[in-house]
Amino acid sequence: MHEYPITQQIIKIAEQHCREANAEKVNKVTLVVGEYSGFVGDSIQMYFDVISKDTLCEGSKIEMEYVKAKLKCPTCGELFLKIPMSFACPKCGVDGGPTEIGKEFYIKEIEVE
Amino acid sequence: MHDVKKLNIMENIYDENDHIAEHVNQHLSEDGILVVNEMGGAGVGKTTVLKNIIKRLDMKSYVIEGDIESDIDTRDLKSLGITTFQINTFGACHLDAPTVYNMIQNMEFDEKGILFIENIGNLVCPAEFSIGEHVKLLISTVTEGSDKPYKYPLAFEKADIIIINKVDLIPYLDFDEEYFMKGVRALNKNAPVFKVSGKTGEGFDEVVLWFEEKVKNIEVKHHHHHE
Repeated sequence: MHEYPITQQIIKIAEQHCREANAEKVNKVTLVVGEYSGFVGDSIQMYFDVISKDTLCEGSKIEMEYVKAKLKCPTCGELFLKIPMSFACPKCGVDGGPTEIGKEFYIKEIEVE
Repeated sequence: MHDVKKLNIMENIYDENDHIAEHVNQHLSEDGILVVNEMGGAGVGKTTVLKNIIKRLDMKSYVIEGDIESDIDTRDLKSLGITTFQINTFGACHLDAPTVYNMIQNMEFDEKGILFIENIGNLVCPAEFSIGEHVKLLISTVTEGSDKPYKYPLAFEKADIIIINKVDLIPYLDFDEEYFMKGVRALNKNAPVFKVSGKTGEGFDEVVLWFEEKVKNIEVKHHHHHE
C-alpha cells in the first residue's frame, strides 16, 4: 500500500521531464533508494507496471541503485556500515551516529526517446 | 527511430509531500497552533498518552486520529470533551501531508493550543513522511523490549521527544533501560526521554511542562529531507 502513492509520484515526475525534453516516451527510470527509505524495489516495479498504463511511462523499466546505511563514528570519524543490533564503530568501538547515507530516495535520471 | 536521451533529474520523490507539509505547518503556526505528530507501534498506548497529556494541559487541544479503520479512539476522546477529528486511511500504513491538509480545511482553530495528530500504529513509515508537524513525539514502551532503537532506528533518530510508557509494569519485565538508552543516544543526542505510566498517570507533569514551553515559541518548520 505504501508504495502506491509514491509510484504515482515517480510517474508524474518522469512524465513531466519527458514532456519538457519534447520526447515521446520514457524508456527507463533510475531511482536511488537508501536502505532506510523503507521502499521495496519489487513492489515499486509492480505498481509501476500497473499505474503507468496509458502514460508516457508505459513499458518503461525501473532501475534501482540501492544505498546501504552508514554511521559515522564521533571519535575517529570513520564512516561504516551498520551491522544488525549494533551501532559500534569497527575501528574504535564507540557508538556511531546517523548520517544521511542510506536515506536517499530520489529519481537520478530518466532515459527518454 | 527517435534519439534516445538521458536526462539528469536528481529530484527527491518526497518533495511534493514536504511542500504540502510546510504549507500545513505555516498555516497552523500563524494560528498559534503547535502541531505534534504522535508515532508509535500498535498498542503502545498512543491514545491513552494523549488523554493523560490533554487533561493536564492548561490550553486548548485538538486531535486528529489516524486509523486504518474504525473510530473507537475518536469516540473515546470526544466523550471526554476533546475536539477530535477522524482520518481513516483504509489500508494505508501512515498519514501523509495531503491527507492532513485536506482534514484541516474542515477544522476551526479558534484558540491557540496544540494539535495532536495520532499517526497509524506502526514504527516504520510514519517516521518517513512529514505531515506538517513541529514536533515528532515517539511513544515506546517497556513491554516492547529494550531493543527497539536498534530495530527501528529511523523513528528514534527523528523523534523530538520520546516517551517510555507502561513503566508501572517494569517489576514484571526484563526491560534493560541502560541498553535502551544507549541505542537512543547513539541515534539521537537531543530528544528528552520521559518515563510515564498511562495507567497510573505518573511522569506526565514533566511531559506537559515540556509541551507548554514549546507552545510559547512556535517557529515555522522546514521539512526538507536531507537538510
